[in-house]
Amino acid sequence: MDLLEIRNLHAEVGGNEILKGIDLTVHPGEVHSIMGPNGSGKSTLAQVLARRESYQVTAGEILFDGKDLLSMKPEEAACEGMFMAFQYPIEIPGIGNAHFLRSALNAMRKYRGLDELDAIDFLPLFREKLKLLDMDERFMNRSLNEGFSGGEKKRNEILQMAILEPKLAILDETDSGLDIDALRIVAQGVNAMRSPNRAMIVVTHYQRLLNYIIPDFVHVLVDGRIVRSGGAELALELEEKGYGWIETEARQTAPASA
Amino acid sequence: MAVELIQLESYLEGFTEFAKETAAETPSWLRELRETAFVRFCAVGFPTSRDEDWRFTNVAPFTRTQFAPARSSSQEISVSDLDMWRMEDAAARLVFVNGNFAPKLSTWNALPEGITATGLRKQIALHPQSVAKHLGRYLNIERDPFCALNTAFAEDGAYVHVRRGVVAQRPIHLLFIATTAETPTMTHPRNLIVVEEEGQVSITEDYVSLGKETPTLSNAATELIVRGNATVEHILIEREHFKTYNLSTLRIEQARSANVASHSFLLGGALVRNNVHPVLAGEGGECLISGLFIGSARQHLDNYMLVEHASPHCASRQFYNGILDDRAHGVFHGRIVVHKDAQKTDAKQTNRNLLLNDNAQIDTKPQLEIYADDVRCTHGATIGQIEESALFYLRSRGIDELQARNLLLQAFAGECVDRIKPGAAHSYAEAAVTQRLALLARPMSVETANPGEDQERSWREIG
Ligand SMILES: Nc1ncnc2c1ncn2[C@@H]1O[C@H](COP(=O)(O)OP(=O)(O)OP(=O)(O)O)[C@@H](O)[C@H]1O
Ligand SMILES: [Mg+2]
Repeated sequence: MDLLEIRNLHAEVGGNEILKGIDLTVHPGEVHSIMGPNGSGKSTLAQVLARRESYQVTAGEILFDGKDLLSMKPEEAACEGMFMAFQYPIEIPGIGNAHFLRSALNAMRKYRGLDELDAIDFLPLFREKLKLLDMDERFMNRSLNEGFSGGEKKRNEILQMAILEPKLAILDETDSGLDIDALRIVAQGVNAMRSPNRAMIVVTHYQRLLNYIIPDFVHVLVDGRIVRSGGAELALELEEKGYGWIETEARQTAPASA
Repeated sequence: MAVELIQLESYLEGFTEFAKETAAETPSWLRELRETAFVRFCAVGFPTSRDEDWRFTNVAPFTRTQFAPARSSSQEISVSDLDMWRMEDAAARLVFVNGNFAPKLSTWNALPEGITATGLRKQIALHPQSVAKHLGRYLNIERDPFCALNTAFAEDGAYVHVRRGVVAQRPIHLLFIATTAETPTMTHPRNLIVVEEEGQVSITEDYVSLGKETPTLSNAATELIVRGNATVEHILIEREHFKTYNLSTLRIEQARSANVASHSFLLGGALVRNNVHPVLAGEGGECLISGLFIGSARQHLDNYMLVEHASPHCASRQFYNGILDDRAHGVFHGRIVVHKDAQKTDAKQTNRNLLLNDNAQIDTKPQLEIYADDVRCTHGATIGQIEESALFYLRSRGIDELQARNLLLQAFAGECVDRIKPGAAHSYAEAAVTQRLALLARPMSVETANPGEDQERSWREIG
């Protein structure tokens, strides 16, 4: 069965239509990459999938693991196995990282009818994943993202993914702003999560990340539409030629109303 | 005015009765203290909103109510009734029923040698001089009629004395229980805490109700005298039932290099006014005044600070956080007075508020009066709602809206709780706050939270 099926998705933010008819199908085990210029709607698509209410879907439908995603609240989508790594993770002072993660994991376990983990049961899991991402144990007790560097925040997103083990992970520019060492660590963490039961959508601006995470499919998003899809080689072509040619092409074929 | 006269008359009746009843046990100095205070109260009456200090708080709802002095009924209470207010690891728990010390309900587990913790009335009977030299010396009955009223009816409450150099490892818990009767009752607990040079102690005043929700008036006053180099942590928890009127004043007198931390938690009550009035009377003193107020329904929670810098090189810090839901009304009035000689004063004041409902209201008023020239005073106030982005972040990880809101509120409230030193008193206050926040937790759709727009109406800063 398809893990994700997006049909003719239209969405607007603050009254502006941003997504103008997206179709995308993702099967378990696949890695899709979505690339595209600034402002083309990549994050909007990610936020819609994570069910942020301020992003309004005006047409289309989304099936997630056979269920109607658009009728789910953010927490329900998460419990069903949706995960989005934020492009800009926010800081929440006063909520400890470990406490937050355990609350999240327990919310999901409860949803699935499993026993909740107490702090002692949770600790080994947390430690193991910290190691995977080469993160210091100090991260456990620090406030959620507070005072983290850009790279630390991104790593913290992947740490959350590693602990929550989603069915579908959307990584929204997790590579942006990372130096090459941090990028390797993050990619390593992501690759360790690849499995036949899990799919990933990797949103990125640059081809660089795709040297480490090899996608099965690459889609180019321009002005709210997927204008081209292909294999990993499409990313290389974009790297070489930039987005200009594809934008021009898209403009020529787009309906006049756009 | 007519209403007020009738009220004063009933207070006069009450006072005459009270004086008669207590005549035998009352030493003359105490009688004079009470009479002076009562005369003062009669002369000024209850404050009105024309009074600058009472601008945001209308006391009419209870000045119109006839309160009878509460009768002590500690016999009807058993220790097991008080189980939910047990501070683990306290050195002692003193219980007061309607202001009267109840030794049978109290426990002294681990009070170190050199610390006295008992009832004020008992202390007056046994060692009148130890009380006479302090009682009423610091509390200002001229500027606050409720302090005058408290003094007029001062009879019992807590007496704590820490001998020079004695350090209490564990906190002292003072539990004030207001029992309710068929008709409205009032109490005037009066506490005296004296910490001698280099002494150290943590004291929690905990105000609770037992019985059904009939109106009660609790008008408490505490004089806290902190000698040179002594360190005191004072915690006030107001969590009486939601028909209570609660007034309390903490008057702190700080000597040279004394270090005091006052933590207030206003969680219960219908109309609550908490005055914190430290006077930094000796050089190098430090005072932290931290507070958290959480209101819902139509609760009115008024925090009034008067911080007096009377000596050089003293530092004061005020940090107050407010969480207001429904039609609750919060007040933060932070007055800082720096006297002429108090050079090198460092005073800071911050008030942060979360409004969970468009109908909730906060009035915040900083008031700086500076008569010295070399000082540093800063103040700031903010207001906001729960941030949608933070809420969404938590929800996107599977945490439901209710719990996500609660986590964010816990974090905001936690700033105040965590200013208490780790230990028994910290855990105790934390539990009280968690319990209170649980009552607020209910879902609210994001659409109804309109960030930013409505601030003007619900928030005024008067400078
Ligand atoms: N909350 C918002 N309110 C108003 N407009 C928004 C909002 N979020 C996004 N937009 C607009 O929607 C368009 C698409 O933004 P989006 O963030 O989806 O692009 P993106 O492809 O992720 O860009 P980038 O590469 O810069 O991350 C932009 O024009 C942006 O200004
Ligand atoms: Mg983006």
